[in-house]
Amino acid sequence: MSWSDQIGFPLLSVITFLPLAGVVLILLVGRGKPVVYKVISLIVTLAAFALSAWMLFAFKTKLPGMQFAENISWIKPLNIRYGMGVDGIAALLVFLTTLLGVIVIIASWNYVKDRELGFFVSLLLLQVGMVGVFCATDLFLFYVFWEAMLIPMYFIIGVWGGPRRIYAAIKFFLFTLIGSLLMLLAIIAVVYYVKDSSGALTFDIQALSKVVYSYHLQFWAFLAFFVAFAIKVPMFPVHTWLPDAHVEAPTAGSVILAGVLLKMGGYGMLRFCLPFFPDAAVTFVPWVVGLSVVAIVYGALVSLMQKDLKKLVAYSSVSHMGFVTAGIFAGIALVGNAAGIEGAILVMLSHGFLTGALFLMVGFIYERTHTRLIADMGSLAKPMPIAAGFLLFFAFGSLGLPGLSGFVGEFLSLFGVFEYSRWMAAVAALGVILAAAYLLWMFQRTMFNDRGDDEVKPSFALKDLGLREIVSLLPLVVFVIWMGVYPQTFLEFLHVPVQVILHRVTPSLNDTSAGIGALAQLVDSVRGLF
Amino acid sequence: MEGTGYMKIAVALIPLLPLLGFIVTLLFGKRWGKHAHIFPVAMVTISAVLSVYGFEWAFRHQEETFVWNAFTWIAAGQFTVPWGFQVDTLTGVMLLVVGVIGMLVHYYSIGYMHGDEGYYRFFAYLNLFMFAMFVLILADSYLLLFLGWEGVGLCSYLLISFWFRKKSASQAGKKAFIVNRVGDFGFTLAMFAIFVATGTLQFTGVFEAAEKGEIAPSLMTWICLLLFTGAIGKSAQFPLHVWLPDAMEGPTPVSALIHAATMVNAGVYMVARSYPLFIQSDTAMTVVMVVGIFTSIFAAYIAITQNDIKKVIAYSTISSLGLMFVALGAGAWVAGIFYLFAHGFFKGLMFLCSGSVIHAMGGEQDMRKMGGLRKKIPITFWTMLIGALSMVGVIPFAGFWAKDEILGATFIDGYYLVWAVGLLIVLLTGIYVFRLIFLTFFGENRSDAEVQAHIHESPPVMTVPLILLSIPALGLGLLVGVPPESGWLHGFLEPVFFDLEHEPFTWIGEGGALMGVSLVLALVGIAIAWWLYMRQTDVPGRIAERVPWAYKASLNKVYMDDIYAVVPVGATLGFAGWLWTFVDAKIIDGAVNGIALLWGWIGDRLRPIQTGRVQNYALYVFGGMIALVVVLAWVWGS
Repeated sequence: MSWSDQIGFPLLSVITFLPLAGVVLILLVGRGKPVVYKVISLIVTLAAFALSAWMLFAFKTKLPGMQFAENISWIKPLNIRYGMGVDGIAALLVFLTTLLGVIVIIASWNYVKDRELGFFVSLLLLQVGMVGVFCATDLFLFYVFWEAMLIPMYFIIGVWGGPRRIYAAIKFFLFTLIGSLLMLLAIIAVVYYVKDSSGALTFDIQALSKVVYSYHLQFWAFLAFFVAFAIKVPMFPVHTWLPDAHVEAPTAGSVILAGVLLKMGGYGMLRFCLPFFPDAAVTFVPWVVGLSVVAIVYGALVSLMQKDLKKLVAYSSVSHMGFVTAGIFAGIALVGNAAGIEGAILVMLSHGFLTGALFLMVGFIYERTHTRLIADMGSLAKPMPIAAGFLLFFAFGSLGLPGLSGFVGEFLSLFGVFEYSRWMAAVAALGVILAAAYLLWMFQRTMFNDRGDDEVKPSFALKDLGLREIVSLLPLVVFVIWMGVYPQTFLEFLHVPVQVILHRVTPSLNDTSAGIGALAQLVDSVRGLF
Repeated sequence: MEGTGYMKIAVALIPLLPLLGFIVTLLFGKRWGKHAHIFPVAMVTISAVLSVYGFEWAFRHQEETFVWNAFTWIAAGQFTVPWGFQVDTLTGVMLLVVGVIGMLVHYYSIGYMHGDEGYYRFFAYLNLFMFAMFVLILADSYLLLFLGWEGVGLCSYLLISFWFRKKSASQAGKKAFIVNRVGDFGFTLAMFAIFVATGTLQFTGVFEAAEKGEIAPSLMTWICLLLFTGAIGKSAQFPLHVWLPDAMEGPTPVSALIHAATMVNAGVYMVARSYPLFIQSDTAMTVVMVVGIFTSIFAAYIAITQNDIKKVIAYSTISSLGLMFVALGAGAWVAGIFYLFAHGFFKGLMFLCSGSVIHAMGGEQDMRKMGGLRKKIPITFWTMLIGALSMVGVIPFAGFWAKDEILGATFIDGYYLVWAVGLLIVLLTGIYVFRLIFLTFFGENRSDAEVQAHIHESPPVMTVPLILLSIPALGLGLLVGVPPESGWLHGFLEPVFFDLEHEPFTWIGEGGALMGVSLVLALVGIAIAWWLYMRQTDVPGRIAERVPWAYKASLNKVYMDDIYAVVPVGATLGFAGWLWTFVDAKIIDGAVNGIALLWGWIGDRLRPIQTGRVQNYALYVFGGMIALVVVLAWVWGS
């Protein structure tokens, strides 16, 4: 057994399970006392956030490998261990998760009327699962967190959601479950392959990612993992659960869903698909980049047509997350392009800030207007200038205004795609034009006037954002500007882990050609199955 | 050279002070009420003084380039771009234009926007614009230039839709940004191509690589054309010019500052800055020239029939920007910048004057309802007349020298057709600019009695900037552009546009003759305008009746907006709608729900099997075993 040798106490476990302690405390002393359980929720999430911020300060960005590592034997016969640790990518995502964790608690303060305690408990439990997913260094533990996280999310949508919440929750659950099952199969296949070839049974992600797997196994295991993560991202054409889930989910659910859950797709690809199965990953580059580019344009076009504010933001996520998958996979093409991959990770973070903020804004507007239909709004900037200012800020961040966070990641990711294929980059860049179109059109129809009658709908008794709401948005404003002006703070965490990944993938780059060669390999692999 | 201490402070403060002004005014401006302008105007004034210092530095160090990499902006993989700034003589000229005109427009706005409920917001946005514009011209890399480029686009959006409850205003703001994004699409791809080819986006490195021939000619053409796509958007060239006329929805000081004197010049500036790239691609240069001359004549043709005073000036701006691109494309780089320089002053002046007219007329912009204002608002009249003469190109006004250099260059370089079209543009410019002057300031006033009673000259805070701007509109050419093709500005910009050859100008000879021709045409244009709108006022109507198609096409802006509503916009929305309602809802989600239904259906079919009778189950088991044996036997057998 070894606790983290870096600092002498299990920091990651504390960050992960603090909210669980909060839940226990709430169940002990908070029943029926809203103020008590809300304050407890706020305190534990704030503490987790503070610790994760401290973790970033203490993190040594130049070191490869996992830091703050913890490793205890858990299920002896199978050599499953309780392993925690973060590299730069995971550390940033943990930070993002705990930040949004605090923000949704603040934003949900008066949001839920019914079974409020359960709502806060679900939020806290959800955070345990999410942070755990990013920290786990044992494949089995990862899977446990991955599945555990589904349950509170399912309840958040299914219990506190909108009118079609049951449909949305089940759809969300089934989609994710299909991916999870495929991943489970692949995990078993990978572990047994290693056991058969080396005799050692291990679930350690670091160890498993150094093994050279047969191409045949790589191919199928890659696909299984990839489908699981592609559903989470979500990539075209497995994205249709997302708009439904978002529309039905309560604000906090949407913020977490967009801000953190989607990131697990990209994270999983970086943690598993590329280092475990480098040859297969390189084979699939043209398809993944192609689908990503389709997602960028498709998501943007469909956003353009949305009548529901929340659905618009949801489809825009499909478009933005396309930059993530495109950047990651274009980054492993040719000789490797670290900028593309680092850009993709920045997009993940930036999307967490921006789309999280946009969903908060939609929620705040909905709480006042009781509608999310764009056609029912208009001239909201008149009674709510502060809200209009925030929405404008986040919209411009989201459409990639240089100087704000959205630009840096998308630019680098597109640059990665450009080095891989100029034409794909050109098509993907159309998404940037369309992003301006759907966001500004949305802004015009909600905040400016588009009704022609020059009158604010009288039934809107609209107050501008209150202090609590502004407080929940301000941290996001800070990070959006920070990442836009000085992204180095974040990029420094990424150089080493991305190099590790590229180092693992690079040998595959020379002997596998893209395009027709990949098609031949696909045919071979399918033949090999029978 | 590496920056010196004072210069670093100046270069840092020039953009930062307006940024501070923006933040502070946005946060506290509302509380300041009618004093909200004090802080932002002070910030811009200091910035303007520092800009003049920057110009003066460039003046003293003409052979040097001030470079300052403040800190890293983005470093990922091999990709590195700093927050880096540079000042050379070209930047110096731009600093002077942006700083001085920006400051004057701020002062003017104190009067013009007085009493508006968004008073503080207006000054906050103007300050943000100044920040972005300064970043644009001070940037030492394409990427940082792009930051300023998009920043001014944001401010343009905010200021065009300033009166956001008017649907036409919010529509125009959105249109401006999205159309510009189309251009930025090209700009972005150009940056990628440049980086892939040279490994940097900083001007010094890129241009060194280009001079060493590290960029293949075909790629160079692509890079230049893509960069030019960006310029087409920002500088409102055909076919992306459609946003600029609509942008007149914004308050008039915005039109003067952003949509005449500074932002729209950004495209010209960027192409001029990329001089070492463009000179390597004849194709790109030709495209620049052709697009420029076509846009110029196209816009002049539309300007002739517009009735909105600001729309006329807007189209004339498009036309002027086209001429600048003609200059760049024809290789007369300095002439292009000279025209930009002069145009900033005289066009900014004309816009501010039109604002003063609108102010006097109680918000009326239709020239058909004006007339006879000469006596009532004399300062506006005289300053606007100076702007108009400069614009049309009458000796010795600034516009004359600048325009003459461009036309002379096209002739001397053998682009006779371009030159001929240029002369036609001069003629048309004379007509439409003086149509504006005559309709507005001469004849009888055609407005309501109530409006007439309130016509008044603007307060000094507005007229003083007009007077100050009319000085360079009148005298700038004499100061920096005489003798033609070897005036002071040529020597000043030589370090930037190295390698330019030009023959000495001959007053008596080709040069003088060309000059005379364009001057005569300008005067003829004015005379025609006088004849049409002062003497035979029924003739314009008769012409319109004789060639209705030509009149209607001009009046309706050659139907560009209508075409765009169908082809790119309508088609995109139609396609997007199809994607959403059919592909997404029917095919993809249909498949998802279909699978779910299929399982339900299978479940329903299978339910009768579970009869609960043991005999039935025993039968199933037996049947299963038989099937298994048969399959295994077949597998082993083969």
